[in-house]
Amino acid sequence: MIDQLKDNFKTFESKLNGASKSNWHLLRKEAFEIFSKNGFPKTKDEEYRYTHITRALEKSINFSDFSPVIKSQHVETQPLFYDADAIHVFITNGVVNREKLNQLKVPGLDIMTLREATEKYPNEVETHFGKYADVKKDPFTAFNMAFSYEGVFIKIHKNTILEKPVILHYHVGHESQNHVFQSRNLIIAEQGVQANIIESNGSTNLQEQFSNHVSEIVVEANAHLKYFKLQYHSDKTYHIDNSFISQRKDSVVKSYTFTLEGKITRNNLNLMLEEENCEAHMYGLYVVHRDSHVDNHTSVDHKVANCYSNEIYKGILDDTSKGVFNGKIFVRQDAQKTNAFQSNKNILLTDTASVNTKPQLEIWADDVKCSHGCTTGQLDDEQLFYLRSRGISKSSARAMLLHAFVNDVLDKIEIDFLHDFINDEMYNRLD
Amino acid sequence: MLRITNLHAGIEGQQILKGINLEVKAGEVHAIMGPNGSGKSTLASVLAGREDYEVTEGEVEFFGRDILDLAPEDRAREGLFLAFQYPVEIPGVSSNNFLRTALNQIREYKGLEPLDAVHFLKHMKEKMALVEIDQKLINRSLNEGFSGGEKKKNEIFQMAVLEPKLSILDETDSGLDIDALRIVANGVNKLKSKDNATIVVTHYQRLLDYIIPDFVHVLYNGKIVKSGDKNLALELEEKGYDWIKVEETTTLT
Repeated sequence: MIDQLKDNFKTFESKLNGASKSNWHLLRKEAFEIFSKNGFPKTKDEEYRYTHITRALEKSINFSDFSPVIKSQHVETQPLFYDADAIHVFITNGVVNREKLNQLKVPGLDIMTLREATEKYPNEVETHFGKYADVKKDPFTAFNMAFSYEGVFIKIHKNTILEKPVILHYHVGHESQNHVFQSRNLIIAEQGVQANIIESNGSTNLQEQFSNHVSEIVVEANAHLKYFKLQYHSDKTYHIDNSFISQRKDSVVKSYTFTLEGKITRNNLNLMLEEENCEAHMYGLYVVHRDSHVDNHTSVDHKVANCYSNEIYKGILDDTSKGVFNGKIFVRQDAQKTNAFQSNKNILLTDTASVNTKPQLEIWADDVKCSHGCTTGQLDDEQLFYLRSRGISKSSARAMLLHAFVNDVLDKIEIDFLHDFINDEMYNRLD
Repeated sequence: MLRITNLHAGIEGQQILKGINLEVKAGEVHAIMGPNGSGKSTLASVLAGREDYEVTEGEVEFFGRDILDLAPEDRAREGLFLAFQYPVEIPGVSSNNFLRTALNQIREYKGLEPLDAVHFLKHMKEKMALVEIDQKLINRSLNEGFSGGEKKKNEIFQMAVLEPKLSILDETDSGLDIDALRIVANGVNKLKSKDNATIVVTHYQRLLDYIIPDFVHVLYNGKIVKSGDKNLALELEEKGYDWIKVEETTTLT
């Protein structure tokens, strides 16, 4: 496959014309070099031990006519939340709908394509682009950077309070012959900003396809960002998400990752607490069925003292679905007075569903508070009987218990339309 | 109302009930007493439909209908209520939502319209006053962090809200102090009517000072070995269960 991709890269370069001397292209070349050395993760790769994505991609995905330079395509279906009271950005098969983008006028908010940003905000792009998404860390990040062409650039100016959430509607598939889609974000929340950003991922497709996404987010001093991901792909979509969030002093980030469907979904969520007094919350919820496979790798890097991180991931797995959780907490030597908590809990609804969960703590400082815990079990028969003995049907009782199980994550979603959607989907699924 | 005929049941191959016969009519209060391990709680569980138990022989008719094949929820909808010996805690499920779902599914089963929020609240307030339960408990997750007494009180409250025909109180008095016991017993007495019936399963006679039974049955070794009126309970309190055991063993040999 590597030889094929080398050809693709050459073709891609030739289409770039003058841009092939830009800084961006230097990043691409560097990334491709790293990628072509190692390729996609091998079966024995520790980081991908339970998610054999490479084998699946080799078997199902056609890389031969893959090119990041594609024309915008219209998708017939209405994406989720298209009518919500929000700031909407539509990205179809990795291509940003610029027409709709140009109509947006929100004070303190700039949204444009990454290529436009290299003209309009060259300093920001120079400073941040490719600086957090470490191409050495993950092969898919390298692949994404090597073939990066389009993307969304969001700059929220100092002290802006965004009343409405920004929804990035990512949609892949259907009319395209291209089975590989890439997308990329650079989001800068400046000092004192308060904002909600939602990435809503969906797909329509008849054939198998691969979607590879990277987000880089900078949250500057005293800014508050809530960052949601909803992953509701078709059962033929492979989705890889690498997100890198860099936090500066006194900032608060709450990240939410919801996975409801997808053939294989892999999330690598990386939070870097660069300066003191940062607060990072990571919430995750995966409710999957059939043969969906969802893998959440999270990492929070406490680089300095006096930061707080808290992580709660919960999963409900039905049928033959599989879940993977790996939570890394790094507390570096200087990061005294760190508070870091982590919890992963799972309920398996069948004997054929499974979960592999692993906390991974590396603590170099000596004055810290850290805790972690993980559980995997089934619905409690005693609780089920208690509810039924009061006249509640078995299916309602199950739904109530599962709802109670995920409630501490679900309750954290303060955006009503998102909360209600996930809640309803869960109920419908479990009935 | 309830007719149990030659009921045999067990768990994991072990026979526990060995031929129970009992008839309960509307308006009656029956007490079932017996030493530990005699099968009291098994009887309560089998009647409520706990799936771990297997009925190997016999019948249970409730208003003329055989209920042994009914799911636990359908038995409840028919009007059977079990106050648990150990009510489970269910964090994340609010008492309000739980009771409203239960009440409305029972109503649906009976072909009645569901209660709307306003009428449900009114109904709740009424019953709260009746069984003297604190609103604060109802606002919390179901039984979560409740004391033993609060859990039992909550069982009686649920009973009041759901208005069953037959209530089985499984060792509701165990572990209660006298104040809690009085409140629980008061609740039961207030809910008593000529149309419903109560089975009180207990180890101690004390409860029967507050809930006066019409009949007292002694369960021993999976069978009802003696029946009588409330005086039998007093006799048991005085002499303990040993004389029953001796009597039973003598009869057998």
